[in-house]
Amino acid sequence: MSIAATPAIRLAGVSRYFGEVKAIDQIDLEIADGEFFSMLGPSGSGKTTCLRLIAGFDRPTRGRVFIHGADVTVLPPYEREVNTVFQDYALFPHMTVGDNIAYGLMIKKVPKAERQKRVAGMLELVQLPGMEPRKPSQLSGGQRQRVALARALINHPRVLLLDEPLGALDLKLRQAMQIELKAIQRRVGITFIYVTHDQEEALTMSDRLAVFSQGHIEQIGSPAEVYEHPATPFAAGFVGVSNLVSGTMAQAITGSSETFSIRPEKIHMQEPQQPVPTDRYSVQGRIRDVVYLGMHTRYLVELDGGGDLTVIQQNLNTTSMDVLAAKGRVVKLVWQREHVRRIVKG
Amino acid sequence: MAATTTPSAPLLSRRISTYLYQRPKLVLALLLGPPLIWLGVVYLGSLVALMIQSFYRLDSFTGQVVPELNLQNYAQMLSQAHVGIMARTSIMAAVVTLFSIVIAFPLAYYMARYASPRTKSWLYLAVLVPLWSSYLVRVFAWKLILAKEGVFTWFVDLLGLGGALDRVLAVPVIGGTSLSVSNLGMFLVFVYVWLPYMILPIQAALERVPKSLLEASADLGARPGSTFRKVILPLVLPGVVAGSIFTFSLTLGDFVVPYVIGDSSPFVGLAVYAYQGTSGNIPLAATLTVFPMVVMIIYLSIARKLGAFEAL
Repeated sequence: MSIAATPAIRLAGVSRYFGEVKAIDQIDLEIADGEFFSMLGPSGSGKTTCLRLIAGFDRPTRGRVFIHGADVTVLPPYEREVNTVFQDYALFPHMTVGDNIAYGLMIKKVPKAERQKRVAGMLELVQLPGMEPRKPSQLSGGQRQRVALARALINHPRVLLLDEPLGALDLKLRQAMQIELKAIQRRVGITFIYVTHDQEEALTMSDRLAVFSQGHIEQIGSPAEVYEHPATPFAAGFVGVSNLVSGTMAQAITGSSETFSIRPEKIHMQEPQQPVPTDRYSVQGRIRDVVYLGMHTRYLVELDGGGDLTVIQQNLNTTSMDVLAAKGRVVKLVWQREHVRRIVKG
Repeated sequence: MAATTTPSAPLLSRRISTYLYQRPKLVLALLLGPPLIWLGVVYLGSLVALMIQSFYRLDSFTGQVVPELNLQNYAQMLSQAHVGIMARTSIMAAVVTLFSIVIAFPLAYYMARYASPRTKSWLYLAVLVPLWSSYLVRVFAWKLILAKEGVFTWFVDLLGLGGALDRVLAVPVIGGTSLSVSNLGMFLVFVYVWLPYMILPIQAALERVPKSLLEASADLGARPGSTFRKVILPLVLPGVVAGSIFTFSLTLGDFVVPYVIGDSSPFVGLAVYAYQGTSGNIPLAATLTVFPMVVMIIYLSIARKLGAFEAL
């Protein structure tokens, strides 16, 4: 993205305190126009507060909020050109699906004939054609989610805010909706800001993502950057599974006591007596636990020098019998030096 | 296995609970029986008895009730005096209900949306505490408050508004020699005694409206006024209707307030009291009681037509 263009959203030194609690503290953030941007973090990390400040449901204690260059810090939600898809969908229970979707247009006094046409078009887009006369209570969770999306998108917002919109759906439906959301975003070409605690969701859909923890941003970057080069121990642990090794153990393996992270899928497990190539690190341990996961197997290996590492191996030529029998065996863990990420303690 | 100990015979209480556990219909019958008997025999039974009585007539010579079904009492309802009573009572009930809605809504809204749990429990207490004391005592207290020499007049004079009060009291129909013997005074006392019954259902209905719906409305461009008309009001209407059933029907049937406060122009409750007591004309009293029931049935069907119960 070009720096010259005005960002869709800019947060400048934004803080929001609830009494003593710093929900978010000194956040600076720029989100480019047309970007699919995710805010990823555990509950209570400040990501939803951040979204609510952009939507206008809440005002920052300090700092300014800009939407397409205009300072909207004190504007109420109905003066902002953003729309929100709520976690609980927030569909109006006393209105039909059609009236729900047309709500924004009705407020803007768009003529009824045009409203009906645009509602029909929106239902087409979210693959629920002809559902206008239904009541929200007659819809499934996935259908309500689509109606909520249509109700927001029909207003042609410049920025769409999504607050864990897939949180209440089951896994299969969630994965299908992830692909669909991304496709819709590409088609309508507007900025999506997506709040989630699901790192897989953030990695799948985002152009860029921000990792939130305790009210501040740990790292901003593309999914690949954040996954492969976690900037902090928190980012390493939250995005994907990661082994963190520090102190004497790190010294024993790499010759430096600096903390490093190694992804479980990068570690290769072999017989203790097999030789180790020179460009690899290795450490010996005993398999304490085996979890058979179908496509792959997760091993918990207790290291001889203390501590343990999680290792994930694909079940290429092994059966469940083989892997479960591995429990208690002594193994050597080997990985390429370039897969080690040094981490500066945050 | 040779000598396994046989389990000791289960306790009686245990056998009873097992017996009941396997017969859910019996449990349901035991639980629902007493309230259904109460409702069916005592409550509906007496209502039916009342309806039947309304078709009897009083022998004006002997003063005895004659158990013959006829429409004489209903014909009497059409007399000018009775129509006047029913119209006066209905208008009072309607005005009291409307005004109660207007002043209950902001308080209920504050309680449901803004008040901290602590403030909320204090407000609950403030709304409910008056109901703990005798209704009769409170109405008599109001008679003193509203009397010509009472604290209300004194306070109005203190504000230098005595002249304004006199002008209001000079208005025919609503006025009188003092507030305590005027329709205006009666209206004030009615609103006071029934207000809790309006606040609580509205507050309960408001609490059930998720905050996210209001945020969604604002997010979609609606100003607070539009959000109120298009989202809050339709969703809270069942609560408003529930509250107005209380205020409306209680006002329709009440006889204490018109007796103590009013300018002694008859209301339905007063007339019923007079017919069954002084003149012993129970059939006519029963006929007059049918009137509030008919009004409530009409009111509820209109509310239903307007969709008041769709959001339930």
